[in-house]
Amino acid sequence: MTAPGDDTWLDGDDGRLVRPYAVANGRTAASRQLDLMSMVVATGVGAYNTLEPDHVQALGLCLRPVSVAEIAARLRLPAAVTKVLVSDLADCGAVRTAPPRPGSDTSNRVLLERLLDGLQRRL
Amino acid sequence: MAYNDVSDQPLPASVKLLVAGGFGVGKTTFIGSVSEIEPLTTEEVITEASIGIDDLNGLAGKTTTTVAFDFGRITLSPELVLYLFGTPGQDRFWFMWDELSTGALGAVVLADTRRLEASFSAVDFFESRGTRFVVAVNEFDGAFHYEPDEVRAALDLKPHVPVILCDARQPRAAASVLVALIQHLLAAIAAPSPT
Repeated sequence: MTAPGDDTWLDGDDGRLVRPYAVANGRTAASRQLDLMSMVVATGVGAYNTLEPDHVQALGLCLRPVSVAEIAARLRLPAAVTKVLVSDLADCGAVRTAPPRPGSDTSNRVLLERLLDGLQRRL
Repeated sequence: MAYNDVSDQPLPASVKLLVAGGFGVGKTTFIGSVSEIEPLTTEEVITEASIGIDDLNGLAGKTTTTVAFDFGRITLSPELVLYLFGTPGQDRFWFMWDELSTGALGAVVLADTRRLEASFSAVDFFESRGTRFVVAVNEFDGAFHYEPDEVRAALDLKPHVPVILCDARQPRAAASVLVALIQHLLAAIAAPSPT
């Protein structure tokens, strides 16, 4: 067994040494409403001295705004488990998350024009 | 300048577009050529009985499957981040996974003219969901060249669906497909028509 504090708990190609759902103590329901696209950022404060190693790793990925999907990918954890970790971090004040986005924005002309402008600069 | 104080700054808005198409059609290549990060992979365990819901209680007797997908990121401004999610190519279950397609502004259906049939299911899916999409024909080396109208006819596309030829390996070509998609979405606001 790898000791807590090891950087990744990964064993080369074999992947994680701890089953993903053990990380979240078997919980699959996050306390916050999050999806893959929810943006997360560390607050720099919060009572996170009681956090588990995976929480600390997740927190370290949020120094700049980042999506739940990116945290999941970089931790090599299923999205559902990542949402639990991020919810825990939000509950103790260590991260802020963007409020759930209002549904589909396909009729949001301002947003689409900002997208178009940004993409056209890449042509 | 309160650079370290992020506590009162709004988080960037995140926007999702899907990149769909059959297995081996170049989705990850497309994503990688426009993404500012190496495409990342994440996965989700879903159950046939509770697709789109994170609740894994009461699993007995239900089929579970792991769906893995690639994605990339384009930071368009400090306030706006675009994510491109590739749909799992080999797995039929992603069609049942609401979270991947819910909230997506639109989709790029990549097509390989050597086997257009690999893209049929994505076209059907987005048509039935009412998700706006463009078809991008990935021009592989050595593939016979087809005109966009031939591809349109072969895929039985509605007249308003744009068909674009591209080389998914070229960042500018991939970006121009995304531009065409956003223009298509803007046109839909100006003149709503059935999907």
